[in-house]
Amino acid sequence: MNALAATRPDFAAIAAWIPQGASVLDLGCGDGSLLRHLQETRQTRGYGVEISDTKLVAAIRNGVNVIQGDLESGLSGFEDGAFDYVLLSQTLQAMRHTEELVREMLRVGREGIVSFPNFGYWHARFDVLRGYMPVSEELPYQWYNTPNIHLCTLKDFEILCRDLDIRILDRRVMTNGREISALPNLRGAMAVYRFQRA
Amino acid sequence: MSTSVGIVSAQRASFDTPLVCKSGAVLSRYELVYETYGTLNADRSNAVLVCHALSGNHHVAGYYADNPKNVGWWDTMIGPGKPVDTNKFFVIGVNNLGGCHGSTGPASINPETGKPYGSQFPVVTVEDWVASQARLADQLGIRQFAAVMGGSLGGMQAMQWALSFPDRVRHVLTIAAAPRLTAENIAFNDVARNAILTDPDFHGGDFYEHGVVPVRGLRLARMLGHITYLSDDVMADKFGRSLRSGKLGYGYGVEFEIESYLRYQGDKFAGYFDANTYLLMTKALDYFDPARDFDDDLDRAFAAARAAFLVISFSTDWRFSPERSRAIVNALLHNRRDVSYAEITSAHGHDSFLLQHEHYHDVVRAYLERAWNEVAA
Repeated sequence: MNALAATRPDFAAIAAWIPQGASVLDLGCGDGSLLRHLQETRQTRGYGVEISDTKLVAAIRNGVNVIQGDLESGLSGFEDGAFDYVLLSQTLQAMRHTEELVREMLRVGREGIVSFPNFGYWHARFDVLRGYMPVSEELPYQWYNTPNIHLCTLKDFEILCRDLDIRILDRRVMTNGREISALPNLRGAMAVYRFQRA
Repeated sequence: MSTSVGIVSAQRASFDTPLVCKSGAVLSRYELVYETYGTLNADRSNAVLVCHALSGNHHVAGYYADNPKNVGWWDTMIGPGKPVDTNKFFVIGVNNLGGCHGSTGPASINPETGKPYGSQFPVVTVEDWVASQARLADQLGIRQFAAVMGGSLGGMQAMQWALSFPDRVRHVLTIAAAPRLTAENIAFNDVARNAILTDPDFHGGDFYEHGVVPVRGLRLARMLGHITYLSDDVMADKFGRSLRSGKLGYGYGVEFEIESYLRYQGDKFAGYFDANTYLLMTKALDYFDPARDFDDDLDRAFAAARAAFLVISFSTDWRFSPERSRAIVNALLHNRRDVSYAEITSAHGHDSFLLQHEHYHDVVRAYLERAWNEVAA
């Protein structure tokens, strides 16, 4: 595992699903690390979308194509089926128009990949049981300054997929970078899903 | 360390091969004045062409020995250690054909008549400019530019480079530009042109031989232009409703500060700019429309492009709004070309592209560092 995958365990899981030469759209691409990693290890082509000025500059410096834009206003610039994969890494939980964005992902991409912190993780449940909003490595914010307005559990996300006629193709659940197979909704801190239209 | 390229001087290139313009008109020979900054590397791969906008010229950076106050119009952007780093790149500024700063234009002597071209100077287009710039590149031994860049009308030329000469430009930086003008934009240009065309001193474009200049028309055109280059907020901030004398005069003199500012800008401009060049530049803007030959399909127009693009717009630019830049970006996306896009938050309207702005400059710097890595590789 390289240094990048070590800092963001979901990156390694995502990269493992992406075949050589695929076209990729990375929504909320940040400084472009994931796209760059995919370009270097999978020879992917594609673009990132990022709203933050400083992250945009970092992504340009990282040598990836990046389009400044607000995911909340949709993906209107991108054509239907333009990409093999549309990625949304650790951003789903911070979106206002969650359903619309997931639909848009599968309009412009053949498959979607999302990663998010699992609110059903026992650690989070325990914090709530003790009477506090959870604060952890995956959820590092206080309740009053968190950008995460749509936190969910694995079960919640899977219900959303069912309601949106989305077929889940693959799932990886992790805690501290280690794969979790038994009782994932309780023991997993973070999940990555790959899905397509049913 | 100084970040100015220092003292610069213009050079002149002559061309004897006739240039057939898009209109069909032919310029049998012509000259282009240009300036260069930095050093062309051994394999001639580090050249950056800077295209100018409506009232610009070849004096892009540095200053003149005999006039240190005459600083290049994009000196904030170009110089040692600046976003367009002349320690790395060989930067060329050129005065467009039809200009009034030394390149062959309406005020130049027509060799066939021995008189200024005036009304006989052809209406040149963005495509014609790019063709003439390519010939300058040939003379300088530059086969491929590391980058071609420009703002506004300059951004259109940079874009056209990717369409006319796809293999001669690696990166295009198109800033505060549009894939074509809107009806509103053409309307502004037409009012500006009418101010000049109806000035009694215009003489159908042949005012040179009458020893007059259509000053009134030019200053009106410039005043109108200035309004469209600023944002409402900036005008409110800078001038508001301030009165020069502090009280109303109940007359038609200059009362509000904004009136004073516009007249000052108009007078200054009319003192040095050529009326025919102004007409020609606005016409080139109006005509620019790469989609026109492709049933108005910009995606098809951009299929020819091979260059990687950086597209930049400014939030308060209503003359060339961010949506217009997004149209360029979308055409590139649909053709799966390399493109990055930044929408800069700035209060200064269309003029923003000329101004010092840290984030804007960071974007250009970061992008050109990538272009430089390719040159250095």
